[in-house]
Amino acid sequence: MLHIVNKSATDRGSLESCLRMATKGSAVLLIEDAVYAVTNGSAAAAKIQAAAADLKIYALGPDLAARGMAGRVLDGVNVVDYGGFVDLVAEHNSCQSWL
Amino acid sequence: MQFGILVNEGPYSHQASDSAYLFARTAIEKGHKVPRVFFYHDGVYNSSRLATPPQDDRNVAARWSKLAADHGVDLVVCVAAAQRRGITDGVLGDNFRISGLGQLVEMGIQYDRLVTFGD
Amino acid sequence: MSDMDDMDEGSGIVKKFMFLNRKAPHGTVYALEGLEVVLITAAFDQDVSMVFTDDGVYQLLKGIDTKGIEVKDFSKTYRALDGYDIEKLYVDQASMDARGLTEDDLIVDVTTLSVAEMANLMAEQDVVISF
Repeated sequence: MLHIVNKSATDRGSLESCLRMATKGSAVLLIEDAVYAVTNGSAAAAKIQAAAADLKIYALGPDLAARGMAGRVLDGVNVVDYGGFVDLVAEHNSCQSWL
Repeated sequence: MQFGILVNEGPYSHQASDSAYLFARTAIEKGHKVPRVFFYHDGVYNSSRLATPPQDDRNVAARWSKLAADHGVDLVVCVAAAQRRGITDGVLGDNFRISGLGQLVEMGIQYDRLVTFGD
Repeated sequence: MSDMDDMDEGSGIVKKFMFLNRKAPHGTVYALEGLEVVLITAAFDQDVSMVFTDDGVYQLLKGIDTKGIEVKDFSKTYRALDGYDIEKLYVDQASMDARGLTEDDLIVDVTTLSVAEMANLMAEQDVVISF
């Protein structure tokens, strides 16, 4: 299953709720304001790195770039473009947007 | 693969409609099909042809209309949500139509994936 | 209901739809308009589960009185769900605990699930729609 999170983890609880319910081996894609979570020094960085042991963590590159964060992505996070976003949706049986 | 897309927020206030548009356009470019996009909640405002954003900004409604014209995407605006918000046939942009929530449920039943963009 | 007019029933496909309610009522419209989608989905004879997590559990509280804010009290609709053959109502134990709530505080009978049970339920769905 693909989980999609779009809100900043320092503003909303959706990333935390997602990580709580994502089963081992599933994928989490961060888009829009959620991408701040996967940058060096963010409040959620430790949580992301712990989660990366069991989950595949992705972030949308255009959203990182638009926020000046393209060069600050945590190790272990896969940056994808919109084509990669489409591929992730296609590759997983279902997807859930944590609005 | 067939993707259904659900847009739950209006243009400009949220990035949702932009993200949904870029996803839809890219999916089509990659050879997938996006037979329908459904606009719900404040997402119904994406359909208004009365929007006139500044020249140097994107025109969200017109961009959806063009995607529909170029690739046969069915742009469906929820009737119940539209009536609450004053969106009627008279303000719809090209290739948008107003219909019921059944059109959203059908996307879930008939297509391979349903992707939601919202707040 | 006008939404029923264009229904194309009889496709014969039954999918598992999960409606994940994560937001409190009234502050935003998502709980109310989400409920409308749930009812239509059930009318298409789909396998519907409603899940309440995070602030979504507040939707089910007893004693809701909306007169003073002059909006519709749609919480009664939850009690009518079994009339639409929607019987799978789940709440997340951790979300209840975090808000000091028990099943006695809710207006409908629900099944309380652990995080692991909830995660497995979500993973087996064909379509997940979150409001």
